[in-house]
Amino acid sequence: MLRYLYADELHRFPALAEGMFRDRADQFKTRLGWDVAVDVNGEERDQYDTMNPLYVIWEEQDGSHGGSMRVMPTTGPVMVNEVFGHLNSGLPICSPLIWEVTRFCLSRTASPHTAGAIMLSGGEMMEGFGLSHIAGVFDARMIRIYRLIGSSPIVLGSQGKGRDQISVGLWPYSPDDCDRVAKRAGIPRDLSRLWFKTAFGNVAQHRFALSA
Amino acid sequence: MGTKFDLSQVPEDLENTSTLDELADVAVRMRDDLGLDHITYHWVDGAGDQYGFTTYSDAWDEQYRERNYHRIDPVILGCFQRFHPVDWKQLDWSGKSVRAFLRDAREHGVGNQGYSIPLRGPIGQFALLTINHTCEDDHWQRFIATYSRDLIVIAHYLNRKALEFARERQPEIQRALSPREIDAMTLLALGHSRAQVAHTLSISEHTLRAYIESARAKLGAQNTTHAIATALSRGLIVV
Repeated sequence: MLRYLYADELHRFPALAEGMFRDRADQFKTRLGWDVAVDVNGEERDQYDTMNPLYVIWEEQDGSHGGSMRVMPTTGPVMVNEVFGHLNSGLPICSPLIWEVTRFCLSRTASPHTAGAIMLSGGEMMEGFGLSHIAGVFDARMIRIYRLIGSSPIVLGSQGKGRDQISVGLWPYSPDDCDRVAKRAGIPRDLSRLWFKTAFGNVAQHRFALSA
Repeated sequence: MGTKFDLSQVPEDLENTSTLDELADVAVRMRDDLGLDHITYHWVDGAGDQYGFTTYSDAWDEQYRERNYHRIDPVILGCFQRFHPVDWKQLDWSGKSVRAFLRDAREHGVGNQGYSIPLRGPIGQFALLTINHTCEDDHWQRFIATYSRDLIVIAHYLNRKALEFARERQPEIQRALSPREIDAMTLLALGHSRAQVAHTLSISEHTLRAYIESARAKLGAQNTTHAIATALSRGLIVV
């Protein structure tokens, strides 16, 4: 199932949180070789983890971490502006209707469709909180994965070539994309909305009226 | 509350204010246009200073402070450290003291429906814009569905403006940049890349990032570009 947890709620799920930070170390440091800080417990954290971000976590049947991502509002400090601002020619992405997603991570033993389930949470948040876009930075290999999942970003800018290319992009809210991602991930929308509702209460009908 | 009221002028009206009173006037006018009972903006900074305005009665305002209701108010507890908008129906109103608080609020004219938008300032300030009304649940849900996005945008404009006034109110809290922060920001302002700056200062990019981040926080800037612009405009760096 998908869990939506602010950093100050992680203590309620210690094993899940530990799994997330370890899998982040495994993915970003061990497998991708990024310059990230891993502590003595083998957990990867950065300064943004101290700002009480929201985490979306795929919890496997056995309660372990399958995959996750970190969410923050672009009106505050975010990586797309502070670390990757050059990808968008230094133009800040700053809107109360755009949230940033970072540290998209999958465990080595993640069940199939975990990536799709996590992407689906982006759609639920946009629908539930009236957001217009999700923003994120991704490398070349993710572009194919996003296409397979059923939701491709609008690329704003890129740097580098081939496998080393990194880009910043936006996912606009689209009900069709949400349904397609849900279908490919094999998760009924009703179930996905229920997970969202469990975390945030009855807000799923907040979507602004399209006729207005 | 039948047809949708056009709120597109509100951000500009907020932008044109120069005091908190004027800001409150714009917000209260919007409340009137929307036919709502109340609107409240409440801002708390890192030092615990409070700032804002409300259309709740003075009696309720006093009662709230006197009884230290902020310690049990589910709206405060449910929104603090969050950034998603909250319908009061989602909050936990159980518990004896909370039920007594709610009863007291209702007796002081607070409506049964509320929608609160938490706002995060660039240096950890916390603010909340709340609209409050008396009506049935389905009516409220339709209202929120129609206006939530406009209200989120307006809350953001309002908060940004209020922070601007707050900075003007307290110029002494502007913190000076350290020599390393000045060096880093100056080189960035000159157009050097992060790698070049780190090399010039003989520090790692990781360390450089820490200097940039602390400078950004001190300047109350949203991002590095904003921090450089702020530092330049305040004369903290010269290029």
